[in-house]
Amino acid sequence: MYDAVISETVTITGHGGDAIEAYSARPLTSRQAGGVVVLHHLPGYDRQTKEFTRSLAVGGFNAVMPNLYSREAPGADPDDAMAAARAQGAIPVPDERVVGEVAGAIAYLKGLSNANGKVGVIGHCSGGRQSFLAAVSLPLDAAVDCYGGFVVGMPPAGHPLVGWEPIVNKTADLSCPLLGLFGSLDAQPAPKHVAELEAALSAAGKTYKFRTYEGANHGFLQVDSARYHAESAVEAWREILDWFGRYLAA
Amino acid sequence: MCTYLTEKIGISGSAKGAAGWFKVTDGSVYFDHPVHAPYGHTLNIDFLAPAQGPSARVAVELTAESARALMKAIEAVLDSVPPGLE
Repeated sequence: MYDAVISETVTITGHGGDAIEAYSARPLTSRQAGGVVVLHHLPGYDRQTKEFTRSLAVGGFNAVMPNLYSREAPGADPDDAMAAARAQGAIPVPDERVVGEVAGAIAYLKGLSNANGKVGVIGHCSGGRQSFLAAVSLPLDAAVDCYGGFVVGMPPAGHPLVGWEPIVNKTADLSCPLLGLFGSLDAQPAPKHVAELEAALSAAGKTYKFRTYEGANHGFLQVDSARYHAESAVEAWREILDWFGRYLAA
Repeated sequence: MCTYLTEKIGISGSAKGAAGWFKVTDGSVYFDHPVHAPYGHTLNIDFLAPAQGPSARVAVELTAESARALMKAIEAVLDSVPPGLE
């Protein structure tokens, strides 16, 4: 079995036609493959999310993760880039800009020589919300939301997201099947938020699958975090690869 | 959950980072996911010099309990400073 992959930093064309940094991982085969856009969590374009990206390539998909803080701190260490973005008021990243970066990442994936034309999106934490945002804003073939907060539920007073429309209101625009992966101990999205999102998907007649892992908290997929929950993470990765395998096949 | 909560302040002083001492001009205080500390959320402080680039930063990630203890310690020290020195 030939199982080589390549992973590297690339430049893609993001929102507004601007060049941004991205991390790309792809199987080194001529076999046609689906593509996946990976959206990092709030701490940034970090080692853990690069590992997500490589895991998707090992799983047979072309994957690319745009650096959502590339504009504020091009070439900086990921944690310094997060701090710079925060200091410049770019956290949370405006939704319009996120959608533009994802559109650019989709174009990059579709332009690869082994692309089969199918593209999905996955994100964790704030990236989970942004994965849902992308799937209600752009034509995609599959989406995975890993414990994205504030897809449903109103932020508390003084929260930076106050005034943003809850994106659950856009469920009717969901363009693809959605896999949701959640932890039973999470506060946002708590099980009540997950139930509300599931009700919205059901009412809109959308294809979805939700898994809530007992004993798992927010961030259970993050291998460098005290929140990493191995039993849930192993099961979740099986679900992720099955989901993309089903909906990103040519 | 990501809180996204951030307080930004202008500051004057110096900090020692990976490349040595530098003048700091800005600070960010936030309670959100840490990069390194083994907790779900921490009180994070960045001492920054944006004019020198993103790497001109000294960062700490503290438990809420530690951050409150730090606040009390800072207040106690400042309150005991002899008149005329501040």
